Amino acid sequence: MPPSQPSVLATVLDQDRGDVLKAWIQDQMAGGAARPDLMQPSELQDQSSQFLDLLAAAVNAGSARDGAAWHAVRQFLAGISSSRAAQGFTPVDTATFVLSLKQALLGRLQQRSGDATRFAAELWSMTTLIDELALYTTSVALEARERIIARQQEEMLELSTPVVKLWDGILALPMIGTLDSARTQVVMESLLQRIVQTGAEVAIIDITGVPTVDTLVAQHLIKTVTAARLMGAECIISGIRPQIAATIVHLGVDLTNVDTKATLADAFRLALRRTGHALGRATGSERA
Amino acid sequence: MERIPILKMGRFLLVTIQVDMHDRLALALQDDLTARITETGARGVLIDISALEMVDSFIGRMIANIAAMARILDAQTVVTGMQPAVAITLVELGLDLPGVRTALTVERGMLLLRAVLHAAGELDQPSAADEGLDAGPAD
Repeated sequence: MPPSQPSVLATVLDQDRGDVLKAWIQDQMAGGAARPDLMQPSELQDQSSQFLDLLAAAVNAGSARDGAAWHAVRQFLAGISSSRAAQGFTPVDTATFVLSLKQALLGRLQQRSGDATRFAAELWSMTTLIDELALYTTSVALEARERIIARQQEEMLELSTPVVKLWDGILALPMIGTLDSARTQVVMESLLQRIVQTGAEVAIIDITGVPTVDTLVAQHLIKTVTAARLMGAECIISGIRPQIAATIVHLGVDLTNVDTKATLADAFRLALRRTGHALGRATGSERA
Repeated sequence: MERIPILKMGRFLLVTIQVDMHDRLALALQDDLTARITETGARGVLIDISALEMVDSFIGRMIANIAAMARILDAQTVVTGMQPAVAITLVELGLDLPGVRTALTVERGMLLLRAVLHAAGELDQPSAADEGLDAGPAD
């Protein structure tokens, strides 16, 4: 469309701004997209009128979607998308907020278009535009969610692999949660790294918090133990619950070359003995 | 051609790999080491690979082979200072060096060799005093 002849949509947004805004807010109230339980009517009024202003400026600036005015519209939508998400709106509510503008624009567009052919063309371009903007709010919401999920996954990976020093030369690795290949790789690397840093001779892998052990998990455990042995450290696996012991035997996993203990305490006792420490109870006056 | 030096220390042979291993170097080391073991009648071999940053399947197998050959020639073998990345690679390749002793550091490897030979009755005293090593628990 040449800039000399303004589109009907631009005229509507310019001339009938007040009526369109009023009709739009009414539609929102009636359609349930306004959610008066989450947002004050005054705030809704502000958002709606601000959006109309930005949209009018953008439509006047031309149909190319990469101008500064369109950028401002998108930025505004991204802003309300995140602020509404924080207020408890669903992405559908936010998209409906934009989509409900169609109905308000429809009547005015028809009045100002004159003939039916012009109206059809104007209607199509308006619908495409509003759909695009509504989809944009949804995609912003999705991106925000994905960022949160990625961050949480990272945090979980960090949280789930602490290597703790129990004593001079004794490390412990309490494993919690389901073990998959990616996690076991991280666990293995952080354990081996800590063995180098601390010069530990014995590492205890405690699997009390691991709900199930299948052949893959057992395979990973054996790999970790073997890698630690290659570096010159011994591994003890502890925290094996009766069901897990039964599973390991039923699966035919060979753990004969690995020291296993039922509890972390037993494993720690063995580790102390391996490193040449002796444990004894203090008597009478020695007690603190 | 460059070679990896094999140092004789008492009844032990000491090999420290300080350069990137390539295939010819590994083969040369295998020949040199087996020759030196029979020549000197060494009872123990310590191979330090702490400077080895990465291994491929061939070098991995060479390390396993060299250690196994030394063992067959009746010299106790200790591999020391393996880096985590190397250990993971070897495990993934299925080379878990059965029958080869390992230690974190050269110092601990020496103590381990002495302890093993002492237990076998081949070394009169397990102390490391004659070579100025710290015989106490290394921590």
